[in-house]
Amino acid sequence: MRSVIDILDLSVEELDELVACANDIIANPEKYAHKCAGKKLATLFFEPSTRTRLSFEAAMYELGGNVLSMSDAKSSSAAKGESVADTAKTISCYADIIAMRHPKEGAPLVASMNATVPVINAGDGGHNHPTQTLADLLTISREKGRFNDITVGFCGDLKFGRTVHSLISALSRYKNVKFVLISPEELKLPSYVKKDIIQKNNLEYVQTTDLESVMPELDILYMTRVQRERFFNEEDYLRLKDSYILTPEKLETAKKDLCVMHPLPRVNEISVAVDDDPRACYFKQVLNGKFMRMALILKLLEVK
Amino acid sequence: MNIDSIRNGIVIDHIAAGKGMQIYNLLNLDELDCSVAIIKNVSSNKMGKKDIIKVDADIDVDVELLGYVDPGVTVDIIKDSILVEKRKVSLPEKLTNVIKCKNPRCITSVEQELPHVFKKTTDGEKAVYRCIYCETKAE
Repeated sequence: MRSVIDILDLSVEELDELVACANDIIANPEKYAHKCAGKKLATLFFEPSTRTRLSFEAAMYELGGNVLSMSDAKSSSAAKGESVADTAKTISCYADIIAMRHPKEGAPLVASMNATVPVINAGDGGHNHPTQTLADLLTISREKGRFNDITVGFCGDLKFGRTVHSLISALSRYKNVKFVLISPEELKLPSYVKKDIIQKNNLEYVQTTDLESVMPELDILYMTRVQRERFFNEEDYLRLKDSYILTPEKLETAKKDLCVMHPLPRVNEISVAVDDDPRACYFKQVLNGKFMRMALILKLLEVK
Repeated sequence: MNIDSIRNGIVIDHIAAGKGMQIYNLLNLDELDCSVAIIKNVSSNKMGKKDIIKVDADIDVDVELLGYVDPGVTVDIIKDSILVEKRKVSLPEKLTNVIKCKNPRCITSVEQELPHVFKKTTDGEKAVYRCIYCETKAE
């Protein structure tokens, strides 16, 4: 029995296998429509998130499985003070697999250490969000056809943006990937990510505060939202929230085959006028997320 | 200065000068009934000065903890007044309930009964310990 807490829990070969499986699901959905019949997924979301929860639930339904869900963390036993370990042991009695989101970092790991069924981390605070990374990887694979030899720009909140850290970890295992890190001074990528991940893998990176100057060299532009919930101080949030806003004008110097990505939800960091640009891939990313979650559920439930 | 030699017990030797008391506290040696000697600032050819702890009882010491506090120490096991084993310590792979995670976003900040576990990782040449739950570096 395996759980996926960190994207690095999956080897490069396994990522390739998941991408291949997701592509097959996209091509032949009917083949997978009953694969998980009789299986139950429990979605334990201790932090508000509509899209990730619905994506997991849609994924399980499209595999012919069922979903157990709690409507609100306030109505769960966690609100009565139950530990994550006890919750995991209890839910293991009802479900075949658990998807957990929790505001505290490491909670899904604690759940996986105590559950008797696989646990998927659906986001733990500002820490990891491996299934978003799976969605990102499928999008890059489908749009660019490769993971090697690409220049990836990350723009916005690179300090607290967990999707950024996870995607950098995943891409660092490929060859000749260059990272362009675009952020205000206060929201720069933490040094441990640079040291332990990028430099350790001998990959090139540049840091800048200016999006327009680096736009022409990017193959992928990954925009992020400055998240209010990650700040202890409202003033800092208000000062930094509008640092970068992507508009059609700013995209004029970009490559014709640039792929603009965003983990969503966006607030205003990508102008809606960009949505009609064929380079906008963020809604495809959402759909890809569902397919990758389907592939992951199949893998962890060991359904052939 | 004379301190009686011990018949059955352990000698924690080559402690960096000044760390003796910290090790005494971390190993909870104050809870022992037997004689315990902390000898500070002993002259040493190799180290200049060192601290030594002698415990007059055959106790199990947490070698991992010692390795984390001072990887240079040695642990001598004495039986019938004879040195029967000299254990070297090294930086442990994992530390359980030795250091506390101080990240307010970590699950350990709200669940008091969870053990605080840190794993050894590398930061360039240097070994660093990170919380297994949130990956925050130990201070």
